[in-house]
Parts: sequence; structure tokens; C-alpha cells
Amino acid sequence: MSIQVKFFASLREKLGINDAEINNVPTAGDAWDKATNNAERPVNVLVAINLEYAQFDSPINEGDEVAFFPPVTGG
Amino acid sequence: MTTHIAELAFEPWQKIIEHQKQSGLDKQFGATATFIGSMRDFNDNTDVSRMVLEHYPEMTQRYLDKLEAEASKRWDLLDTLIIHRVGVINPADPIVLIACWSTHRRAALDACSWLIEELKHHAPFWKKETRQDGDRWIEKNTDGF
Repeated sequence: MSIQVKFFASLREKLGINDAEINNVPTAGDAWDKATNNAERPVNVLVAINLEYAQFDSPINEGDEVAFFPPVTGG
Repeated sequence: MTTHIAELAFEPWQKIIEHQKQSGLDKQFGATATFIGSMRDFNDNTDVSRMVLEHYPEMTQRYLDKLEAEASKRWDLLDTLIIHRVGVINPADPIVLIACWSTHRRAALDACSWLIEELKHHAPFWKKETRQDGDRWIEKNTDGF
């Protein structure tokens, strides 16, 4: 089991990372640090865990999918 | 109640008519409220030649379904239809369609207004515009004016 991390839109292009597979991190914020090699986190980044909005201090477990993305602009 | 992510251009008025026919509710609803968002060929006083709409597919579908369910709880709706484009979009192409059907007008009007605002502020879509000076991600949506 591992944690799948995904990046979208301008954040994906800025970081140059589409997705990553990591292990053993307790929170979404830790997942950011590990997947981005401690890249600075823009203040407006949003996070989702298993397709639901979450917080950076939200706990994550093995098998979870964590996604990071900029403010949404649909519609 | 239907939500759909469209990878190709669609004709919103045709979709509304087809949905009404298929719903079997055509003698029950007294009100239909619709919102159609289309692509402009300008933004911030600059020409825009095309747009690419990216999304987070699994979360998008789930979020639209959740919005529709929440609207049906809040208002007395007979039916709803949400269609949102992704991929390459050209000026004048429809981007989003929201249609709400109810017995009386207030529920359809209020639900339609609520749905588009919730969608614009929370559904995981992102627009990237192509301008003369290159491509640019839209940083935030405009307020509801």
C-alpha cells in the first residue's frame, strides 16, 4: 500500500510533477513536503483527500489519494 | 437528475429539450430555469483565441453529483441537468449548462442560481487561456456580476 499524490493545473506545471507515490506520512501537509521535496507551498493551494476537500493537517492513511490544486475556475 | 462531463462541444438548448422529453415530466413542471455559460473571445481587455479546461475527473463527477443532490434537498425540484465541458474550447462554445425544473418558479430560479455559484467556487475545473502573448492560467473566477 502507498499514498498516491496528484497535482493539477498551474500547480502541476509550476512544480513539474504530475503525480507521486509516497509512504508513511501522517498528514496532507506532510504528503506535500515529501512529494515536492519540501517545495514552498503557495498560500492558495487547495487539498483533497480521496476526492473530498480537506485541510493540510488532515490525517492520511496508506491507500489514500491526496490531490493538490490551485483555486478552481470552472463554470 | 443528471450530471455530465462533456469532452466535445454540445448544443445546450437541444440538451434541455432532449432531457425534458426523456424525463416524462413535461406535464408536471411549471417552471424551467437555465444558466448557460459560454466562452468569450476576450478577457481583461485582451483577445482570447481559445481555452483549455482541465479537471480532476473523479472528483469533478462526484462533486457535481453532490451539488445536484444538495440542491434537491434544499428546493422542491422535479429534475435537474448539469453539463460541463472539458478539453479545448473555442469562443462562443458553451462551457456549462445548468437547468432546473420545478412546479413553481422560485425553486427552479433559486436552485439554478445556487448551483452555478457553488460549481464556480468549488468544482475542480481550471481554465487556461490562449492569448496573443501566450497561454495563461486563470487565477480566480470573477464575482457573480
